[in-house]
Amino acid sequence: MARAEIAARTLRTDRWWLPPLTTFAGLLLISIYAAFRTFQGDYYWVDQYHYLTPMYSPCLTEECVPAASHFGQWFPALPGFLTPPVIIIPFLLGFRITCYYYRKAYYRAAWASPPACAVAEPHNKYTGETRFPLIAQNLHRYFFYAASVLLLINIYDAVLAFGTGLGLGNIILLVNVGLLGAYTLSCHSCRHIAGGRLKHFSKHPVRYWAWTQISKLNNRHMQLAWASLIFVCLTDLYVALVASGTISDLRFID
Amino acid sequence: MTYQGRFRVWRGDDAGGALEDFTVEVNEGEVVLDIIHRLQATQAPDLAVRWNCKAGKCGSCSAEINGRPRLLCMTRMSIFEESETITVTPMRTFPIIRDLVTDVSFNYTKAREVPSFAPPADLAPGEYRMQQVDVERSQEFRKCIECFLCQNTCHVVRDHEENKEAFAGPRFLMRVAELEMHPLDTADRVDQAQDEHGLGYCNITKCCSEVCPEHIHITDNALIPMKERVADRKYDPIVWLGNKLFKRS
Ligand code: SF4
Ligand code: SF4
Ligand code: FES
Ligand code: FES
Repeated sequence: MARAEIAARTLRTDRWWLPPLTTFAGLLLISIYAAFRTFQGDYYWVDQYHYLTPMYSPCLTEECVPAASHFGQWFPALPGFLTPPVIIIPFLLGFRITCYYYRKAYYRAAWASPPACAVAEPHNKYTGETRFPLIAQNLHRYFFYAASVLLLINIYDAVLAFGTGLGLGNIILLVNVGLLGAYTLSCHSCRHIAGGRLKHFSKHPVRYWAWTQISKLNNRHMQLAWASLIFVCLTDLYVALVASGTISDLRFID
Repeated sequence: MTYQGRFRVWRGDDAGGALEDFTVEVNEGEVVLDIIHRLQATQAPDLAVRWNCKAGKCGSCSAEINGRPRLLCMTRMSIFEESETITVTPMRTFPIIRDLVTDVSFNYTKAREVPSFAPPADLAPGEYRMQQVDVERSQEFRKCIECFLCQNTCHVVRDHEENKEAFAGPRFLMRVAELEMHPLDTADRVDQAQDEHGLGYCNITKCCSEVCPEHIHITDNALIPMKERVADRKYDPIVWLGNKLFKRS
């Protein structure tokens, strides 16, 4: 027996192409900005107020401004166009790329698989995440662990910056780690590890409570993914503008 | 408020078919199924449509309205403009029987492939005791009315007929999750989910959740938790390395 003969790729009449297009444009813009800042290799540290952009934290190579290397300089200066963040970016990028939300976002927006619900995808064959390379998406939780460590370092940086007084930059760094923290906690792997994997919640009241709270955050995972991503860029931009002397930090207490 | 609405309804069978235009009266408070019934009563007495409860509970009237998979009986006419032409087509993923009626037996085959609930051997029926918190998660999945809109929308089979063999679809992967999370189920369903029911085909793009008339969080609460369980079992690099080194399987 055959399917109903309907030639149209979709009969949807709404603007189904708008969300994938917006997602694509958003991800593209942010990638361009992040790549530019990564390879710029400068304006990541405000010496006067101890602001360090999250994109360069921790700064682990010998070309880092010494004061910005809160955890020491483990690696020699990198050759060529390479800059300090290339050491941590694979983990940050890996975390976002294997995130269940971003997977949905770019499978739809960049790979059109599917572009929108009930709109046929343009590919002849589809194996999903059953084989290499996409089977590697299953490694998400290890990126979650790595990103959690980096988050703790960002929190440490944000706290350290209070040593010089209080300025708008401090507030921005604080909001940034707040959003990054909420995004990381709301992760599906985190939800699973905290309690989701249990069969008997009744035997683990504390983990059940944690799972319940994380589930609430997890409902907002998409919103947190975008908010934290955009805010990291804004934080970095603010630090870059202050570090380059383009603007001066708004100070409340010195 | 009565007006003459414009409709395009797919008519045909497995030998072929086409969209046919109709102009039908629409009254205040009606749903698309009312219009289809009026069509049957006035202009197309042989129009085939499957329905039963007209209350969004039997899951019979699944179809596609303006290209979106929906229940005919739960789609209010008030969400459309009076000037709009409304297209009603059968579900695309299943073989057509006639007009708006498809053959959904694919889903029954997939249902049979999921091994049934396996309580502990020493527990007699009537002795089952469970705590509410332990069964809550699987209770969400019990809201399913088996409309198969999720199965119809999932691109894994909608766009790739050849994947039907390997992929159980969101409805039945959710059934696997329901049993896996059940406090008294003893069967091991994690490897099965990946190897027999094709969980890896799902790329969590969430169309199943988007169309579910019961608003079940299929992707977030069933499919992703199952993927995480599979990752526990199969893709933990430490476990994997141990298996390689010590030739365990
Ligand atoms: S989330 Fe997975 S099962 Fe649901 S529609 Fe998408 S691919 Fe299919
Ligand atoms: S899960 Fe939702 S969409 Fe799928 S068959 Fe059940 S009620 Fe229908
Ligand atoms: S699921 Fe998005 S970060 Fe883990
Ligand atoms: S007729 Fe029962 S769900 Fe629509």
